[in-house]
Order: sequence, then structure tokens, then C-alpha cells
Amino acid sequence: MIRDTETLTQLIDMVERFVRERLMPAEQDVAEHYRIPEDIVQEMKALGLFGMTIPEAYGGLGLSMEEEIHVAMTLGRTSPAFRSILGTNNGIGSAAIVFDGTEEQKQRFLPKYASGEWVGCFCLTEPDVGSDAGALKATARRDGDHYVLNGTKRFITNGPVADTFNVMARTNPDIKGARGISAFIVEKGTPGITLGPVDRKMGQAGSLTCDVIFEDCRVPAANLIGREGEGFITAMKVLDRGRLHIAGVSVGVSERLIDDALAFAMSRKQFGVAIAEHQLIQAMLADSKTESYAARCMVLETARQRDEGKNVSTESAACKLFATEMVGRVADRAVQIHGGAGYMSEYAVERFYRDVRLFRLYEGTSQIQQLIIARNMIRDAS
Amino acid sequence: MKILVAVKRVVDANVKIRVKADNSGVELTNAKMAINPFCEIAVEEAIRIKEKGQADEVIVVSIGDKACQEQIRTSLALGADRGIHVEAEDGVQPLAVAKILKALIDKEGIGLVLLGKQSIDSDNNQVAQMLAALGNMPQGTFACAVELTDGKVKVTREIDGGEQTVLLSLPAVISSDLRLNEPRYASLPNIMKAKKKPIDTVTPADLGVNTASGLKIIAVEPPPARSAGVKVADVDELISKLKTEAKVI
Ligand SMILES: Cc1cc2nc3c(=O)[nH]c(=O)nc-3n(C[C@H](O)[C@H](O)[C@H](O)COP(=O)(O)OP(=O)(O)OC[C@H]3O[C@@H](n4cnc5c(N)ncnc54)[C@H](O)[C@@H]3O)c2cc1C
Repeated sequence: MIRDTETLTQLIDMVERFVRERLMPAEQDVAEHYRIPEDIVQEMKALGLFGMTIPEAYGGLGLSMEEEIHVAMTLGRTSPAFRSILGTNNGIGSAAIVFDGTEEQKQRFLPKYASGEWVGCFCLTEPDVGSDAGALKATARRDGDHYVLNGTKRFITNGPVADTFNVMARTNPDIKGARGISAFIVEKGTPGITLGPVDRKMGQAGSLTCDVIFEDCRVPAANLIGREGEGFITAMKVLDRGRLHIAGVSVGVSERLIDDALAFAMSRKQFGVAIAEHQLIQAMLADSKTESYAARCMVLETARQRDEGKNVSTESAACKLFATEMVGRVADRAVQIHGGAGYMSEYAVERFYRDVRLFRLYEGTSQIQQLIIARNMIRDAS
Repeated sequence: MKILVAVKRVVDANVKIRVKADNSGVELTNAKMAINPFCEIAVEEAIRIKEKGQADEVIVVSIGDKACQEQIRTSLALGADRGIHVEAEDGVQPLAVAKILKALIDKEGIGLVLLGKQSIDSDNNQVAQMLAALGNMPQGTFACAVELTDGKVKVTREIDGGEQTVLLSLPAVISSDLRLNEPRYASLPNIMKAKKKPIDTVTPADLGVNTASGLKIIAVEPPPARSAGVKVADVDELISKLKTEAKVI
């Protein structure tokens, strides 16, 4: 945790410089080759970017939520694929252990996530289970001092490169809902894990997802995270934090899109003047700026409240809903401002337009955020 | 051996600067500030020398108001050991800077001084030379390679039309050129650790230096806006225009 503006400024400046000098020039290459160059991954590890949210006692930086959001917004200014490779270690891949792991599990896994030596991932979604995650079907049957895992997990970010899998599975078949679910940490190489082929997707080329299949996979009982039956609560805590992070990234991408659209509008001439002089273009620029700024304020305010220990479940869902929908509109306007050029792969806005579509889908769709917000409102009022 | 590196706080090289409406200077309100790029190269070189085991301590000094401690911190995050902040009003002129550095060299027992060849704000390119003269030390300016051997330092200098290599005895003053090295990124853990490294504050008066300047800036003006170019039909026309109109060849 930093908690002083001078050090935070330095940290952000460094990340900003790394994004500008190293990541932005590599965007096109990543998009064309569907992978992040290994030297860049190594640099990201050396800079400490994999361990931002891991507590200092375990080799990370222990950034506060507000600090993490500043970094997320800065990383958001380049292709989301770069953030994705380090996103799971800083978020959904490690958070379950940070929140509810035993001291032994923390010692064993967290330093390796912090250094980037190991990549973690989060396995909740299944072929038949998405938004209604509490209904998941994967099973974990106790057998002596092991659990035996069976089931298929779908669309798992960093699954193809993961060293550990944080798996949510049902330990009590008699309880159909969330209370029958437990969380496990499974290491790569454990017999019974199969990876599906890497998924082909609309955008975020270079960020990898795949199916992860467990067949009679024996996991030591010591790898249970928290207590039996509490895995869903752990998963929801993980996603609660992840939502703010995704909202922060969305703000960063929107700022990049606005920069690109503004630069284009000021140089492209039609009807004898730069198109930025046309008021209908100005309206798009102004609307994008305003919405982006609103999201930035929301996300930072919610992060600060979370750091103060307040329950921000409703606000985090509101941030994710607004920021991810906002960046969709901003991307759409950025393409519009570019005209036909915006449809061409030569311009980054074409790529970002596809990339940002994901933000409204994962870690809870927009509809699920609406449900969370409204249900919390009704609960608090009754 | 101790290495002293001086760093200057300047407007970030990526910021588009504007001249103030009254032409009294450059608009600095809200402008992002950074270490002068040449100074950063000097810091990097000092750290590399220390990493090779050829120096014991890298001390970073910055002269200016309290804000320049930020640039000292950045240098500490890159790997310097401690900082000295000489608290003075902004815009201390090269001769006074050189005198302050001379006083610090005497006080600290410095073996090697590394400076940027010039700062990107005022572009004076004077401090290294003045310091060498004041301290009666050998100088290697515009360095593109530095190598310590047997108590001496070999400096390759960028000069018009080529390179020149000089061998200097220590203590010596070196000023860095752009190609000396590529500064590293400070890692996030090192940025955090830099918080705990010490920064001492002294005043020019403590060092016996008067910073009063005999120089007065009368006006600062932006360069003329670039006017539209012309298309030429062929190379012959280009050459003739370069000769007769642009008068550059
Ligand atoms: C690139 C990518 C990476 C992913 N990474 C991971 C990962 O690392 N780990 C992981 O576990 N999962 C991951 N996911 C899965 C992701 O979290 C789910 O896709 C998401 O939660 C939605 O689930 P679903 O796809 O099954 O859609 P469904 O739940 O089937 O939803 C389909 C539609 O119905 C709507 N809907 C569903 N229920 C309701 C309701 N009650 N009221 C109103 N509307 C409703 C949804 O909003 C949506 O519009 C990833 C997905 C993608 C695309």
C-alpha cells in the first residue's frame, strides 16, 4: 500500500511510460499474432506488474483499491490483452487465496503469483452455467485426504497458460444452490486435467481462453480454500473486487479512444475545415469526454470507499454497469468520428471497438449488474 | 568511490509546451514534470557503474524548490542510494549550479561526477564545463561510452563527424549524451523501497554559494509556426529551390 501521492505518482508515471514506449508500439503485432511477445511478458514480470494486489508480506505491492484503479486506468490505455495476461494474478486468479486461503496456502502460492513465475486462473463458468453460477454442476467428492474433481469449465481466461486453477465445484450434491459449492486450488500437472483448444474470439487477440476439463482429478484436501460450502461466497468476493478493476480498465480504454478520436478529428479535413470544427463531431467528442469523466469519478470514489472498509457491493456493480456500457458508446463514437477509416484495421479504434465488447459480458453481464443493484436496493429498503 | 549525479526537474519531454501570454516564460501550471532526459541517462550510467562493483555509493542532487524532491525520489527508485536536495528558488543559473556542485564534491569526497550534457528547458550546456574548471578536474563531455579502468575513466565523446576517446584521471566530470545508454524502468517494488531512502536538505548558503543571478530574461517567444510546404516537379527543381530559395545547399 502506498498512501502517499508522491510515490503513487511515480508508480503511475512509470506504468504510463511503459505503456507508451513498450506496449502501444506492440499492439498491432499482438493483434496479428494472437500472442504477447515473451520479452514483453518478462519485462512486465521484472517491473512487478504481476504482484500489484498481492500483500507485501507475500512479495507483492499490496496496492489499495484506489491505487490499483489508477494502475488499471493507465494500463487501459493500450490493448486489453496486455492487462489480461497479468490480470488474473492480480485479480480473479489469486484473490480467493488472498481473501480466504490458509497461511500455508498463502506462503505457497502468493509469492509465485507476485513474481509472475506462476499464472493463476479462475474457473467458475461451465457449458450450462454462466450468469446463474450458483447452479454449477462440477463436483468435488471427498475421498480420504483428497477431493476428486469432475466437470468442465468454460471460457477460462489464461487457462491455456495457467499454472494453477482456482476451481469452484459442488461438494454437497444434496444442496443444489450456492451453499453446496466449495473453492479449490488445483496445480497444473495434476492428473485428470485436460485443456480444450484455445478459443477463437471477436477481440482481445492475445488474451487466451479455453475449456478446462477435470476428470477424476485428485486434489489434496489441503487445497480446499476456506471451508466446505463457502466457495461461492469466496467467488462472489473475488468478483466484487474484479468488477471495480474492469470498470477502471474501461475508463482507461475510453480515454485512449477519446485521444485517438480527437487527434483524428483535428487532422481530418472535410468541407474545407478539420472535422473537429463541425458541431456534430464536437457533440460526439463532448459526450464521450463527459461520460468517461463521470465513470472515472465513480470508480475512484467507490475504490476509496472500499479502502475505508465500506461495503460497496452495490456501487461496484453500478461502476461496472456504467463504465463498461460507457466504453461501448465511446468506442462506437470513435469509429463514427473516424468514418470509413474507423472500419479499417489500420486504425486502433477498429480493434478497440471489438475489444471492449467483452467488458459488458464477463465478470457478470450488464443485466446481472442491474439485478445486483436493484436487489440490493430492495433489500436495503425492506 | 562515490559518484555524484545532478538531476534537474524540467517539463516532461512528452508535454506540448506553451509560452505564457505575457512572454515572461513557459506556462508551467499543471504541466507534467520529469527528470531532464540527459540527467536520467547520467543516473542510469552511475547505477550501472555501481552494479559492476566499481563504485560504493551513488548520490543524487537536485537544486530547486521542494518539488524537485520528486525527481530525486525517481532517481532513488532507479537505484541511487541517497539524495541531497539543495533548496533554492527555481532557475538557479549554471555558474551557481556549478559552484554548488563543487562545494558538494569537496564536502562528500566525490570521485566521479556524472551530469546530463544540457537540460531540455534552457539548453545551456554549461554546468559540466564550468564545474570542471572550478574544480580543476578533467572533463569528458557528450559521453557515449564510459569505462572505468585502474583508477582512471575512459570516455568516448560524440564530436562533429565522429567520436573521440579521452582518458581522464579521477576525480573527473562527465556529461552524458543521448546514446550513452537507455535508462531502465524503475520496478514497482523499487519505487516503494525508494520511499525509505534518505534525502538531506541543504541551502546554497550552507554551502557558501550565492545564487543571485546577473542574468535577466527579457522575453520568451515560441518558434514561428510552420508554413505550408510546396510540391516540386522533379529533383532538379528541388535542388534549385534548396539553393536559391531555402539557401541550405
Ligand atoms: C473472453 C471471456 C473470458 C472469460 N473468462 C472467464 C474466466 O476466466 N472464468 C470464468 O469462470 N468465466 C469466464 N468467462 C465467462 C463469463 O463470465 C460468462 O460468459 C458470463 O458470466 C455470462 O455467462 P454466459 O456466457 O453463460 O451467458 P448466460 O448466463 O447464458 O446469459 C445469456 C444472456 O442472458 C442474460 N441473462 C441471464 N440471466 C438473466 C437474468 N436472470 N435476467 C436477465 N437477463 C439474464 C445475460 O445477461 C445474457 O445477456 C469468460 C467469458 C469470456 C467471453
